Amino acid sequence: MIQYIIRRLMYSIPLLLGVNILTFFLFFVVNTPDDMARMQLGQKHVTEQAVSKWKIDHGYDLPLFINSGKDSFKTITETIFYQKSIKLFVFQFGISDSGRNIGADIKQRMWPSLAVALPALLIGLSVNILAALLMVLFRQSYLEFWGLVACVVIMSISALFYIIGGQFLFSKLLKLVPISGFGSGVDALKFLILPVVISVVSGLGSGGRWYRALFIEEVEKDYVVTARAKGLSETQVLFRHVLGNAMIPILTGVVVVLPLLFMGSLIMESFFSIPGLGSYTIDAINRQDFAIVRSMVFLGSVLYILGLLLTDICYTLVDPRVKLL
Amino acid sequence: MIILWTDALIYLLLTTAMVSGFFLRNYEGLKRPLNKIAANKSAMVSMIILLFFVAIGLLDSLHFKAEGQRASGIISVLDYCTQPLWQQTEKTYSAPFSAYLYSKAYITQANGFQSWGFPRLKFGGSHLLNPEIEKTADVLIKLIVGLSKGFVFCISWVGLRALCLAKKAGQIRLQVRPGFMGITIIIVVVGLSGIIELSTYYHILGTDKVGEDVFYQTIKSIRTGLVIGSLTTFIMLPLAVVFGILAGFYRGWVDDLIQYSYTTLNSIPSVLLIAASILMVQIYMVNHPELFTNLESRADLRLLFLCLILGVTSWTGLCRMLRAETLKLREMGYVQAAKVLGVRPIGILFQHILPNVMHIILISVVLDFSALVLAEAVLSYINVGVDPSTYSWGNMINGARLEMAREPVVWWPLIAAFVFMFILVLTANLFADAVRDAFDPRRNQHD
Repeated sequence: MIQYIIRRLMYSIPLLLGVNILTFFLFFVVNTPDDMARMQLGQKHVTEQAVSKWKIDHGYDLPLFINSGKDSFKTITETIFYQKSIKLFVFQFGISDSGRNIGADIKQRMWPSLAVALPALLIGLSVNILAALLMVLFRQSYLEFWGLVACVVIMSISALFYIIGGQFLFSKLLKLVPISGFGSGVDALKFLILPVVISVVSGLGSGGRWYRALFIEEVEKDYVVTARAKGLSETQVLFRHVLGNAMIPILTGVVVVLPLLFMGSLIMESFFSIPGLGSYTIDAINRQDFAIVRSMVFLGSVLYILGLLLTDICYTLVDPRVKLL
Repeated sequence: MIILWTDALIYLLLTTAMVSGFFLRNYEGLKRPLNKIAANKSAMVSMIILLFFVAIGLLDSLHFKAEGQRASGIISVLDYCTQPLWQQTEKTYSAPFSAYLYSKAYITQANGFQSWGFPRLKFGGSHLLNPEIEKTADVLIKLIVGLSKGFVFCISWVGLRALCLAKKAGQIRLQVRPGFMGITIIIVVVGLSGIIELSTYYHILGTDKVGEDVFYQTIKSIRTGLVIGSLTTFIMLPLAVVFGILAGFYRGWVDDLIQYSYTTLNSIPSVLLIAASILMVQIYMVNHPELFTNLESRADLRLLFLCLILGVTSWTGLCRMLRAETLKLREMGYVQAAKVLGVRPIGILFQHILPNVMHIILISVVLDFSALVLAEAVLSYINVGVDPSTYSWGNMINGARLEMAREPVVWWPLIAAFVFMFILVLTANLFADAVRDAFDPRRNQHD
């Protein structure tokens, strides 16, 4: 097992290197640091001195790949590629363009993100599965038909409307929960209810349909027929046999997104002003803080690749047919 | 005549679709699934509504120069048809069907006195003497006039067609029974005609902060939504098809390389990748102003870049599916037989592999469409979508955020964007479901 994990970890190195080079290309080759400096300093009347000062202040004054002015090792280390990109591998995110330590910001901001994303995922998952099981239980009836219609309608509405509508209805008109903000400890609960409910509702359409398709495929299999022939009731068949066997695809689908929960949801957090990584990213995009955006791109891919790794491990744990290769 | 980049691509896409439709019109394999779609009522209603959306989008994609109109002097055919809508601007917000502004101001009366109240609108309901009393009746009358105009138009059209058919057949037969589709088309046309009639007298969806008609904005947004939904797939398809089939067919190092590149792209969270790319495009545009001569072409290029970036980030899913299918197909008896008979690989790819993965491509194109329209709104909200000067539902929603917090609430731009976007996405979803049901072989086992 450990050998397998180590081998899988080795596979992810070229992937991360690819991501790293791609982001480097995107951020430093498409536009030179000079372009970025001009963008940051405003469009007009930017002197050469101001540009070079900005570059020195933010560490962009080095050559891209090879610094021929230095000796031996330093020809490689004293470059933008090494300073800005390679250091991401050891999670040294450096300083943002506005002068803050990105690593510290991330450590502080990932917990609020998780506080929204984790309950949203868990509650959403159980609601989706329950709705799908109900539709399968009453299959080929009006209940299923209208359930499916409701799913299509729910998934045809943009997530933005759920948020704006929810905030308007529950916070502004009914005054049940605060519009936005975040607190610590138990205090945070009242801020979290609305975002969690909204993300559960907005995900119900596509989620319900997806799990229903999964279960429908399962209920026609032989073991289900056997279970029914033994005299089990339809509810028992569904909840014990079908759900149990459908657990493998469900579980692997969930595991892959688990690490990404730290990144939070971009729009949700910015609408509800939750100080998580999602709103951090949005702020960075709006301020055009490239150092943060670059770090978040890299962090996101690391977490995704970690999710893939966890999925593979899960497969080997829950499904005995999958052999370690 | 001015051809913007997206215009050209849209019409190129349209021609490609029509030409392939023409060549495939007698293809046996398509008849059963097409009949299945035609038998699906919700799909057909969706298709008709979608076609109306597409027609508006196409009209809005023909631009020409009209001196004296607008700052840039570029207007589209749709603009030309809806001149009253965008020329009649008010001072600021006004509610749907209102004859008054939404905020109070000093009004100078005929006798020189000034009073504090809601001023009359310059255009909305300006034909009324006393809006408080006359308005409801007037709106109803205008609506009925509009509906009956549409109805008369439909009846005369149906009658003309019946006459022509009758002449062809050589006998007079005026029994025309419009089918289900015909009734849907009539309902849509009559409804549209009612809306058109009303919109020449009122701002039927109100006006926005600078007094621009919201109805006009929502109509203009249709094109943006359609462009993003269709051009992105147009850009993504060649990448996905070529790489997916090559990876599955040749295996070996080709497969490794292609798999590596799509896993790498896939592992970057897509919103972040799009955001990063758009930021870079923005810088490029700011630092090379000489390439973008006017506002229209600048906004248009940004839209094109957005489609490009969305396309480059979204080909991975389809590519993976095509690779898996090709891996399966290449072991099939007929492919093996072709190989043994000495058919060149390129021949096998075009003759045997491509036609057999076509259903996957078609299904994924229609399924992606609605997701892309929704994605545009989210991206515009986080400022990495279309240009702020482009009309789009995302920009409308973005602006509506502040309006919802205002007292009294300005709700109509949000509702307008919501309704139009919902109709487009819902019909696209229903149509996509029907296409999937008809073309997916796994769903056809039971009938």
